[in-house]
Amino acid sequence: MTGPRGDTAPPKAARATLRGRPSLYTDYAADQAIWNTPAKRYWTVALILAVIATPFLPFVTRSQQADLTLVFVLAIGGIGLNLLTGYAGQVSLGHAFFVGVGAFTASVLGGMPTQNVVGFELDLLIWLPAAGLVSMVLGLLVAPLAARVRGLYLAILTLGLVFIGEHLFKELRSISGGQGVGRRGPDPEILGFALFHPQEIFGLQLDRETPWYLFTFLLLVVMAILGRNLARSRMGRAFAAVRDRDIAAEIMGVPLLRTKVLAFGVSSFYAGVAGALLAVSFGQVTPENFGGLGGLLLSVEFLAIILIGGVATMSGSIIGATFVVLMPRLVQAFAPQIPLIGDGALLSVQQLEGILFGVLIVLFLILEPRGLFGLWLRIRNYWKAWPFSY
Amino acid sequence: MTTIRPLSEALTGTSVDIPHGQSLLRVDGLTMRFGGNTAVDDVSFDVGRGELFAIIGPNGAGKTSIFNCMSGVYRPQAGDLTFLGESLLDVRPDDIARRGVSRMFQNIELFDNLTVLDNLMLGRHQHLSYGMLAGMVYVGRAKRTEVVNRRIVEDIIDFLEIESVRKFPVGMLPYGVKKRVELGRAMAMEPKLLLLDEPVAGMNVEETEDMARFILDIREELDLTMVLVEHDMGLVMDLADRVMVLDFGVQIALDTPDRVQRDPNVIQAYLGEGDEGPTLDDEAAAAEARSGQEARR
Repeated sequence: MTGPRGDTAPPKAARATLRGRPSLYTDYAADQAIWNTPAKRYWTVALILAVIATPFLPFVTRSQQADLTLVFVLAIGGIGLNLLTGYAGQVSLGHAFFVGVGAFTASVLGGMPTQNVVGFELDLLIWLPAAGLVSMVLGLLVAPLAARVRGLYLAILTLGLVFIGEHLFKELRSISGGQGVGRRGPDPEILGFALFHPQEIFGLQLDRETPWYLFTFLLLVVMAILGRNLARSRMGRAFAAVRDRDIAAEIMGVPLLRTKVLAFGVSSFYAGVAGALLAVSFGQVTPENFGGLGGLLLSVEFLAIILIGGVATMSGSIIGATFVVLMPRLVQAFAPQIPLIGDGALLSVQQLEGILFGVLIVLFLILEPRGLFGLWLRIRNYWKAWPFSY
Repeated sequence: MTTIRPLSEALTGTSVDIPHGQSLLRVDGLTMRFGGNTAVDDVSFDVGRGELFAIIGPNGAGKTSIFNCMSGVYRPQAGDLTFLGESLLDVRPDDIARRGVSRMFQNIELFDNLTVLDNLMLGRHQHLSYGMLAGMVYVGRAKRTEVVNRRIVEDIIDFLEIESVRKFPVGMLPYGVKKRVELGRAMAMEPKLLLLDEPVAGMNVEETEDMARFILDIREELDLTMVLVEHDMGLVMDLADRVMVLDFGVQIALDTPDRVQRDPNVIQAYLGEGDEGPTLDDEAAAAEARSGQEARR
């Protein structure tokens, strides 16, 4: 049999003539690539370089670095929820539970033991994957139950997880440190190299936050690419099929239960990793962060990330996380200039934040269900077609 | 570099190694009830290899219910379905798909948010043999498998003449094209038996003719066995080798198209009971058809 049509790369001369015709493909592999146009490739590289360079800019403060680190961590969790809710269509309000499981697993394996809590002070290379795996196992245990219900019922079922989590996290004091107290998160060390500590590399003096910033960003890039690959490969298509029409998917040869279970598993793996990273960023983790009302709020925050950012897109999860973390900072920065805002005035800054958050979610759901990513698509398509309107 | 290959080379899995005309699908005493309502009442038939078998009947006759039993969505109360010698009862729908039964739906059941390409690639789902982790890394076998199957899907896209919409989300396509995509998705599954549930419902004359051409071409190129449910009598009578007529779940005729057309039971089911029976211009032909049917029984 001859090789598949266009399986081999075109000769160099042919490649050269493609300049200026970015959407002309001569083989399927190029058409199916993640970055299938040169513009996408260059901009991605530019963006990655810019993010890596950011902490070295003189005007970037340490707290801004910490904020951006939080963006990366929440984006990893957001990608996890997007795989489950955006791609596979299984609405989950229990994401915070899996994030919490990851946070406490990491704290136990990587944290210091005290009188009250256990800790093993292991390497990050052990506790980070372990946090993901423990979460994943719990996700796989819950999934067969969750796969039996849909829509609103699924949302309620997963909401229950947050409250089961509250109970577990509060009662298992030797793990979580107990209600209102909590425990210290893990110390991130890779083979003796401390990631949350001032470091000197190649003569460059790094702030305490910088190695951690770079590490979480690297992890985000890797996990986003893995997620994107999952979405465009066999299992990701099966997720989308189950979301769009589950009965038809089954008749097309997609096993329903298995697919849903896998979606829960991979989603909770991402959540567990995000939780482990959060535990480091927070420094101190308490049961209230991930269980009960705090957990519900965290779950809603993750839903907001994917709704505002863009359902069923990887970049949307990252854009959404950026928005959710940085929007309150912007509000705080501009609050003094806005009349009637501030202590003792009509609205406090926190109240304004909350209101803006709610209003934006409503506006996005009504006006642009594809989120910020959808807005970007509109802008891009406008300029692609310019000067025509379509 | 680019060679057009015949469909039979792209979809090799459609071949069946039993002789022509021998039974591929056997339905035996199939009965399906919904509460007190019997949708399918003791229906039996055989579909031979390579045959185009049509099921017709007025609305609510139980045609789609038979399809739903075949693809594992419904579980019949009585009777048996045998495909390639194995019973399809209590087999999960995705497993039935794996055994080589694919289906086109009456009301389009495409994945609206996905592109035409992804819809067809979903038809290939069971033929892609790499795991989730391999897909996440997307190198080596996963990547190769995707490219090889993309080519098969492109062959189907060429065949159905839907090249221009291959990257469009299916939800925004017009009805006739959606039907074609659905046929493509069913073909992408590389079936041994293709179930067509009203492939031309709601189509105009040209679209109907296109669809008929595709069905004939698929038969010719792949020698595929098909079961067709359709209300368009012209299409059924032109294409089918044999026709089974259902009325309120009961099988009232099973014969070649021209004989079925003259069957008085069929005429009665479709046109109602007349005082003088003026619907038949040829009483003798009807009698002949009846006797032929009895003789066959």
